[in-house]
Amino acid sequence: MSNQNWPLFEVFIRSKNGLSHKHVGSLHAADAAMAIENARDVYCRRNEGVSIWVVPSTQIVASDPEDAEALYEPAKDKIYRHPTFYTVPDEVGHM
Amino acid sequence: METTALEHRFNQKIEREEKIEPKDWMPEDYRKNNIRQISQHAHSEIVGMLPEANWITRAPSLRRKVALLAKVQDEAGHGLYLYSAAETLGTDREEMIDDLHSGKAKYSSIFNYPTTTWADIGAIGWLVDGAAITNQVALCRTSYGPYARAMVKICKEESFHQRQGYEIMCAMAFGTPEQKAMAQDALNRWWWPSLMMFGPTDGDSVHSQKSMDWKIKRYSNDELRQEFVDKTVAQAEYLGLTIPDPDLTYNDETGHYSFGEIDWKEFYQVISGNGPCNKERIEARRKAHEDGAWVREAANAFAQKRANQQVA
Ligand SMILES: [Fe+2]
Ligand SMILES: [Fe+2]
Repeated sequence: MSNQNWPLFEVFIRSKNGLSHKHVGSLHAADAAMAIENARDVYCRRNEGVSIWVVPSTQIVASDPEDAEALYEPAKDKIYRHPTFYTVPDEVGHM
Repeated sequence: METTALEHRFNQKIEREEKIEPKDWMPEDYRKNNIRQISQHAHSEIVGMLPEANWITRAPSLRRKVALLAKVQDEAGHGLYLYSAAETLGTDREEMIDDLHSGKAKYSSIFNYPTTTWADIGAIGWLVDGAAITNQVALCRTSYGPYARAMVKICKEESFHQRQGYEIMCAMAFGTPEQKAMAQDALNRWWWPSLMMFGPTDGDSVHSQKSMDWKIKRYSNDELRQEFVDKTVAQAEYLGLTIPDPDLTYNDETGHYSFGEIDWKEFYQVISGNGPCNKERIEARRKAHEDGAWVREAANAFAQKRANQQVA
């Protein structure tokens, strides 16, 4: 009975209300409910969280690192999207 | 993209201290090297629970018992973070566990020594976790992202392990003469195996150079061992205990301690399966896994039942 590969779940923890859930790692469990219980024991032994998300790893769709250039390069030369691109007279103060 | 171009880009990332992430292209050897090191590290955390678990039921007070229980639970957690990091490289959990149980996979030689008295629990926290921390703090900057993140989390948790060990050592070293003798005896037995935890000397370390080039390892075995000796000697002095090494001397010029020759014959004996407790450890792991089979079956049945209820 050792070769029963339980599915892998990715675990996300919200450390406190007001903050987003953040990926912390993964674990195996028979189902999602058990994954939450295990995530409590594995990733929350010291008040690390107030909320847990588990997602079957197979359900995560990720971008391909090969596409990084196509995806992220175009934003690099668009410095006019940042506030520092614009000059505001000193007399006006902080804006 | 061609392999040479990919390899070039990979090397540039390493050069620039950028982390390598799971889906990034990496040389096959980099992948294998990481799988080997991370899974060995995971196995060490898991087997490392056994020598200490031996004393949970006999801890001398409730304070000591909750501390030891929490520490051993942490080690289980560390093993799981690391297995999960290894899995991001495409290896399989069952396979890693099978390799541990079949004796194919290695784990730290230190856990093949017996814990014969309560003082050993103090010595393990102080020295074994101390050595592990030295190693793990350095690994927080390792080049593979998931491994580095697991190390950061582990290091945060390790600090209490060493402190609770040193607290036990203090209680015994400043206790009755019999207690002090027990503390000294534990130091005598754990000192050299702790130094061996850093692995063979740099000249003899098979995997070292490549691991250093790829920044999987950031410091050599000998550098880390030296760092550990340098910071531990004063802690032993404070306890009024003697480190069992007649050659241990402070070198004013280098600012480091020089220490005696490690018994490498013993190290290789233990690593190759002939330490005092190798068989017992693997046997205990295997038994735990087999005895847990019905729990896993029950969990499967329960998950199935829950799934059926949701459909109905
Ligand atoms: Fe640990
Ligand atoms: Fe530890």
